[in-house]
Amino acid sequence: MTDNLKNIIESLIFVSETPLTLDRIQKSVPHADIHDIRSAIETLIQEHESRKGGFFLKEVAGGYQFRTRPKYHEWIKNMIQPNPVRLSKAALETLAIIAYKQPIIRNDIEHIRGVDCGGIIRTLMERKLVRILGRKEIPGRPLIYATTKYFLEFFDLKDLKDLPTPKEIDAMENLSETIVEENEASPESITEE
Amino acid sequence: MIDDVYKVKVENIFEGPMDLLIHLIKKNEVDIYDIPVALITDQYLEYLEWIQAMNLDLAGDFLLMASTLAHIKSRMLLPFHGEENEEEDPRMELARPLLEYMKMKSAAEELAGRYILGEHIFTRKTGEPDFNPKSRDTFVQIGLFELVEAFKRLLDNASAAHQVNFTDDQISVKDRIAEIVEILEKRGSITFWELFFTKNDRSMIVITFLAILEMVKSAIVRVVQNTQTGSIRLFHI
Repeated sequence: MTDNLKNIIESLIFVSETPLTLDRIQKSVPHADIHDIRSAIETLIQEHESRKGGFFLKEVAGGYQFRTRPKYHEWIKNMIQPNPVRLSKAALETLAIIAYKQPIIRNDIEHIRGVDCGGIIRTLMERKLVRILGRKEIPGRPLIYATTKYFLEFFDLKDLKDLPTPKEIDAMENLSETIVEENEASPESITEE
Repeated sequence: MIDDVYKVKVENIFEGPMDLLIHLIKKNEVDIYDIPVALITDQYLEYLEWIQAMNLDLAGDFLLMASTLAHIKSRMLLPFHGEENEEEDPRMELARPLLEYMKMKSAAEELAGRYILGEHIFTRKTGEPDFNPKSRDTFVQIGLFELVEAFKRLLDNASAAHQVNFTDDQISVKDRIAEIVEILEKRGSITFWELFFTKNDRSMIVITFLAILEMVKSAIVRVVQNTQTGSIRLFHI
């Protein structure tokens, strides 16, 4: 039975075009217990991991999806020649601000970057990385922006909590702290050496 | 001469005043909490001259920052009045947004360094269409008139109770949008009629309709009509 359930779930994930959520799995397999589904998925992830094949099962954007291993991307690109997906530096900065500060209005984005972001936001929306959440009830009723589910898929993230913590600034803040505590030996620097 | 032309092009890599300031701070290796305002202002203005020579339009943003820098510089010269710790270092006005921006820049680099879908990672089918093309139903984009027509039919069918309830707690259009977005996030799409199904008193119908119009305007939803059944469906964008 458990093996059967595992295979059913595997087939569902295989067929799904977007990351398949637990919710949708549960709906498709109504008789199954949610704990059994969870452990079946866990087993599937383990199996695909130990197989070390060309693709693996990953939790992304709140669901589960088969994804190819990054190291094979060159060969895949030989075959399908995808449209270039790279984002400009300005677009990445704007996207990062929206991702970390959401929900956010355009004015606040521009305040951080110090330049007009209207065109970039439009591009990000066309790319389906950013969406409008609504309007803020302040004068001018500006639009509120947030990232999409596709944003999570695009950057291989489980959920928004999975976003990496910006590093440089932590380092800088630590730097100014270490200047104050200059006399104390830092245990980190010892272990690092 | 050739060198000069080349140099101007290099200046253009600074997309905005914040970018330029960060470059100057890094170049001079100064502490962001202890910015030598006079030095940075001088260098900033020097760069500004280059930029201005190249692109006047761009210089607008940069001029604002120049005036901020000059303002902070002048405030640094003023003697403190009253309690010293009441007055914040005017340079914090500069340091805080700079730190914030640097943080976001590093976040952007982190994002860029991730495995990206369609670049490093592929799924069985990338770039899925907006709605399922395999279903036998075909849809057409519809405009305002079809929506209004549907709305008119709704109102005609609505219960014709002529009572006005003053005490009733009314839900705002904004709240209704939030409700609909929630449904759409869960289900991906909903039919026009379903939205009016449970809440069919007149004011609710009007609010729901306004919410739909607002959502179409804000490009939150795509409204399509089934060519077979004529039912209108809202898709989450």
